[in-house]
Amino acid sequence: MPDTNYEDGAYNYAYLDEQTKRMIRRAILKAVAVPGYQVPFGGREMPLPYGWGTGGIQVTAAIIGRDDTLKVIDQGADDTTNAVSIRRFFARVADVATTTRTEDATVIQTRHRVPETPLKEGQILVFQVPIPEPLRMLEPRETETRTLHALSEYGVMQVSLYESIARHGRIAKTYNYPVLVNGRYMMSPSPIPKFDNPKLDRNPALQLYGAGREKRIYAVPPYTPVKSLDFDDHPFEIETWTECCALCGSRESFLDEMIVDDSGTRRFICSDTDYCQERQEERQGK
Amino acid sequence: MYVAVKGGETAIAHSLDLLADRRRGPRELPELSLDQIDQQLSLAVDRVMTEGSCYDRTLAALAIKQARGDLVEAIFLLRAYRTTLPRFGDSQPLDTSRMVAERRISSTFKDVPGGQVLGPTFDYTHRLLDFSLIANGERPTAPTAPVDAMQDLPRVGDILEREGMLEPPPPADTGAPAQDITRTPLTLPASRPVRLQNLARGDEGFLLALSYSTQRGYGNNHPFVGEIRFGAVPVSFVTEELGFAIEIAEIDVTECDMVNQFAGSHDVPPQFTRGYGLAFGHAERKAMAMALMDRALRAQELSENATSPAQDEEFVLAHSDNVEASGFVQHLKLPHYVDFQSELVVVRTLRAEVEARQRRAALDQAAE
Repeated sequence: MPDTNYEDGAYNYAYLDEQTKRMIRRAILKAVAVPGYQVPFGGREMPLPYGWGTGGIQVTAAIIGRDDTLKVIDQGADDTTNAVSIRRFFARVADVATTTRTEDATVIQTRHRVPETPLKEGQILVFQVPIPEPLRMLEPRETETRTLHALSEYGVMQVSLYESIARHGRIAKTYNYPVLVNGRYMMSPSPIPKFDNPKLDRNPALQLYGAGREKRIYAVPPYTPVKSLDFDDHPFEIETWTECCALCGSRESFLDEMIVDDSGTRRFICSDTDYCQERQEERQGK
Repeated sequence: MYVAVKGGETAIAHSLDLLADRRRGPRELPELSLDQIDQQLSLAVDRVMTEGSCYDRTLAALAIKQARGDLVEAIFLLRAYRTTLPRFGDSQPLDTSRMVAERRISSTFKDVPGGQVLGPTFDYTHRLLDFSLIANGERPTAPTAPVDAMQDLPRVGDILEREGMLEPPPPADTGAPAQDITRTPLTLPASRPVRLQNLARGDEGFLLALSYSTQRGYGNNHPFVGEIRFGAVPVSFVTEELGFAIEIAEIDVTECDMVNQFAGSHDVPPQFTRGYGLAFGHAERKAMAMALMDRALRAQELSENATSPAQDEEFVLAHSDNVEASGFVQHLKLPHYVDFQSELVVVRTLRAEVEARQRRAALDQAAE
């Protein structure tokens, strides 16, 4: 039912018109039915630039309702400028409650991270995806890559990982690390660090991936197996730090490095601001 | 020390205020009106309407004003508005032979039925700065000859086509609505309507450079300007209530029919091929570049060797859109420190391994 909000009466609820939302929801349903498969959809021009999360925004706009609580993160943080901008956009056009607490959110839109706090059933994680095609840098032609997916012909990626081992002695791919979903489709997990890849596997939450510029939507339904590609003698491994978080002391989370003075002194801080905050509060409570 | 990523909300609010302030500039100067932009920067308005895919001079002027004259930004603004508009249906195809032409030239014939009309063009201006414009030099109104609006202006291409010298345009899909690339994703290989829509929305600079590359030997197809015309054409629309077409508007368009190298074989008599360009308003550079690209992208269809970038459909159609390109190039300004951190971690590990190897090698050497 069309329904406008007060501040911007000229626009429909959650910005997109209902026809467009229906079209996007159909694409999402198809994506959920075929995990990891990139479903083309009629992506619209959004009032935010391409490459800044238009795919994720369209997915969120199509699924969000007044009962939802939205969390938006960029690089794991709720208060980076683009996350603030997107959260403000939805608070404005969808009249929706927002939160920074992972636990309280029903919809979490993210760029480049999966929250450290484990997700629950019923939550939806919406990824912003720049290049949905995992094979793109190996084969620039869409006509070719669609055929490769149809045939499950993924040797070219294994070869590229092997070349990395031959050159560096290890797989030097660090983010946007390719995964195989449900044993069938190779998928780009979006540019999350490979540190986050294990969190995608059999996650209780629904994962939706939106690529606005490339006009593709794909999904990983709850509890779906997601395997990071590797070799028997070179198993998949994630980043580790010798340091701990300077604020909360975590040794388990993904750490961002900061240069704090002219002589290049470094400090390490959790990239997930909500996780870090919770831990700091816990410590102070003790 | 954590401030680097904090305070985004306030920073954005202040940035927006500052931007609005800079757009206005010194308050002692009179503010630009939309009419001034529409009438005195009309070619900028034309470009924004064309690449913004929305024929509305006032909205295009508003976008230009709001974007501080950055036309790609203005195109983006107009597109983001256009996408929210409801669609009533498809108009009847424009009949450009009914154009009231303000300008119309052919470079393939010395004279053509309806005559050559030079009209307003930069072509024969000497590019000397006109310093009298500094002092708001007023011009007398230019004299104009009466135009017979009722006279049909046959297209040069049609005349060649009757003789069989020029291939006819591909038959129109009558009845079936044309695929709308603003509603459905691009699929390849693209149909002709999809290709033309993509080129019409495509960035003028991108199409210009690529079409130029065909002239320099990267996929040459020996073009001639069959005809360029600019003027007003009526737009007709069949409403469901009436069941017949009524004129709902008149719009200015520039049309370019490019005549290209002939194809033929032992059995098929040789025939010139064509490329087509159309833009809103007065935009000859755009229409010509579009026509050259339309023809270049037919390489496969005409069994030509497609070896140049301009002939590569996927390369051209996937990269022609300046709103997409501008967004994705500029998204590099967004924070990437998580990905960069991952890279730092792996590069440090790899460096440590190399250094360890070198140390061991040095020790081994010293021991020998």
